[in-house]
Amino acid sequence: MEGAILRTENLKVSFGDNLVLKGINMEIAEKQVTAFMGPSGCGKTTILRAINRLHELTPEAKVEGKIFLHSENVYEMEAMTVRRRVGMVFQRPNPFPTMSIADNVISGFILNGIKLKGPEKLQIVEDALRKVALWDEVKDHLKKKGTSLSGGQQQRLCLARAVAMKPEVILLDEPTSALDPLSTAKIEDLLYELKGNYTLIIVTHNMQQAARISDKTAFFYLGELLEYDDTKKVFTNPKNEKTQNYITGRFG
Amino acid sequence: MTPFDTRGLKRRRFKDKIFTSIVWGLTFSCLLVVFIILFYIFKKGIGSINWALFTQGPKPVGELGGGISNAIVGSLMVVVVAALFAIPMGVSVGIYLADNRGKKWAERVAIAVDVLQGIPSIVIGIVIYIWIVKPVGSFSSLSGSVALAIMMLPPIIKNTEETLVLIPNTLKEASLGLGASYFKTTMKILLPTGIGGIFGGCIIGIARITGEVAPLLFTAFGNPAMVKSIFKPVDTVPKVIFAYASSPYDDWRRIAWGGSLILVVFIILLNAIIKLFERKWKVQF
Amino acid sequence: MKNRWRILENKIFVRWLSISAILTMVLLLMFFLTLLVSSWPAIKANGFSFLWSKNWDPVNSHFGMLPFLIGTLITSFLALLISAPFSIAAALFLGEFYPKGVIPNIFRNVIDLLAAIPSVVYGFWGLYTIAPLISHLQQKMHLQASGLGIFTASIVLSIMLIPYSVSLIRQVISMTPTPLKEAAYALGSTRREVITKVIIPSNISGISAGFLLSLGRALGETMAVTILIGNAPELPHSIFSPSYTMASVIANEFTEAVDEIHTGSLIEIGLLLFVVTTIINLIGRLIIKRAIA
Repeated sequence: MEGAILRTENLKVSFGDNLVLKGINMEIAEKQVTAFMGPSGCGKTTILRAINRLHELTPEAKVEGKIFLHSENVYEMEAMTVRRRVGMVFQRPNPFPTMSIADNVISGFILNGIKLKGPEKLQIVEDALRKVALWDEVKDHLKKKGTSLSGGQQQRLCLARAVAMKPEVILLDEPTSALDPLSTAKIEDLLYELKGNYTLIIVTHNMQQAARISDKTAFFYLGELLEYDDTKKVFTNPKNEKTQNYITGRFG
Repeated sequence: MTPFDTRGLKRRRFKDKIFTSIVWGLTFSCLLVVFIILFYIFKKGIGSINWALFTQGPKPVGELGGGISNAIVGSLMVVVVAALFAIPMGVSVGIYLADNRGKKWAERVAIAVDVLQGIPSIVIGIVIYIWIVKPVGSFSSLSGSVALAIMMLPPIIKNTEETLVLIPNTLKEASLGLGASYFKTTMKILLPTGIGGIFGGCIIGIARITGEVAPLLFTAFGNPAMVKSIFKPVDTVPKVIFAYASSPYDDWRRIAWGGSLILVVFIILLNAIIKLFERKWKVQF
Repeated sequence: MKNRWRILENKIFVRWLSISAILTMVLLLMFFLTLLVSSWPAIKANGFSFLWSKNWDPVNSHFGMLPFLIGTLITSFLALLISAPFSIAAALFLGEFYPKGVIPNIFRNVIDLLAAIPSVVYGFWGLYTIAPLISHLQQKMHLQASGLGIFTASIVLSIMLIPYSVSLIRQVISMTPTPLKEAAYALGSTRREVITKVIIPSNISGISAGFLLSLGRALGETMAVTILIGNAPELPHSIFSPSYTMASVIANEFTEAVDEIHTGSLIEIGLLLFVVTTIINLIGRLIIKRAIA
């Protein structure tokens, strides 16, 4: 694939005796939105967490195969470096409860021990918050705790936190599943706008969401990649029967 | 239709009432005992509270007056140094236990902490005497601090562990996901989030050791002079109470009551602080 | 460069955490070894008769700890016996009758205040309140009236045990599965019947563990007992007799002991206390953990 930023080679992940990903080979295009879909337990979140090596926190998890970020194998790099270059937004909004809104935005710098000067710091905070369309809502109380915001605002704050680090890839693990419809719409708009500047990978249960914001869609089933193509093609003319069944709502 | 069987119902109700009254009665006598003891200590102690008690050292036998300023300073010194040893160590073990829950070694360490908590304080005194006082050849405030630090460890470890375990895993993942090291994640996210509980554990530890005499008998020993070095033997408030409690001099007993009141008020205040901070520093996730 | 430092710093931190945890275990082991090694000359000199000889005579260098063993056991068990009804009642009150609400919460905090009073203050208080009462009682019974002895020490010790046993037993009791209780109520049982026939029997092991742990605490309690027990190194005739406990004899004689065997014998008593309380704690925690889980 042209302009691939991520490539997996025979990626297998198991938890104990349970093989969850059964050898995935795929490439992710740069500056595009890729949606991972499939029924629960199909491995879509597992592959996301394999990319920034979060599985290392689970003792029984075992990852085999390779993941290349550009041309470097992620598993031969320092985990910290990988995670800095690959941002992540989680299912539930999880701003750091002891930090203010502004500190949450620059938490990546704080946590990595990077000292920012006053004006530079403000600039980064404003830029990131503008990108996630939160600036106007919070600019007058940047010193308030991040947890004082509403759920939807918190999730946008978490997105800002990821964006501020200027990551090469942003992973989104069902970022709207814990939100109300209005907040969901806002996040979707936002992702739509971010596309073109960022490489986004989004795991979602919501087919409309995938159809609306993604360029490419990957369909996983029982740990295997069944279909992976332009979103339009996958939704209008799926090659695989299972994909078709899923899309038309016959299971899932 | 058979009539509803009411045999013995009255008796059972009566028995139930008696039982309930007994439970109430015994519970209230517990409360009563608390008030009796506290009232007695206040009554006896309040008359002894004066400026001299805090500012003067002990007077020679036969002379009236004097105070326990040396012991108050000594107590503070011994306790603060003990806390300086115990808090970093205890919090570290707590972090280890929270992070390795369910693993074999963590279980063993947790059992060791439980056992440590149950060791009689006098035994800790003996061991520290053998470890520090005997080789150095002199009693010292420092050796007392080491003994008390060991007594402080279990509450600090347990509170740290229990607090950290309650913090949602997603916060840790969010921090690591930003490329933070485990060290920074712990120092900048987990510990600040759990500060209320961890602080509470430290205060519980301090409350536990402030009134102790047994481990200090062979370590900090005692010293009627004002001491500013941690390498010299030192008086502490509970030690003075012990020494004066069964003394034949009214004036000494008076001072011991004053000391008891100061000690009890101080420890009750510490308990109040714990309750206050647990509420105030409770972090919303 | 910066990245390397971060990695190093992280490694040091992780290593330190494991070291601190292992140090805790090593500490315990070192305690045991220190006590064993330091009392070894005495253990060799005294032999096994140390345990059942009733003659404690430092001047002639003969050491038997039976008076202290008996004194400790009687005082502790008596204290446990006195406090048991109160502890169970208060635990039922807080764990079953009124588990939630403002007033029970206040009650709990008040009972916890008992734990805030230092041991030495208990002893001091007992010396001027309980001891005169007992002395009065002894006079009426035409006994030698000193007021100091096993009974006085046990009463004060029993008060000290209350906050500890109440919190342990309350925890166990409040873990009784609600369906179990509801089933009993649904059959028309009164509260007394539910408590005596369901709650207490189904938690009997946890409650015993609570008392076992309290016993462990009583055995090692030093200051209050030292002030109140009368410090007589001989076998007691009655529960009013002055006696001596293992912890008290250490407290009183350790700094005064000059010859090696005397010091060693006291350390040997300390070793015994250490071993016994360790075993009690291991068993107690094991049962409680099973009861609560």
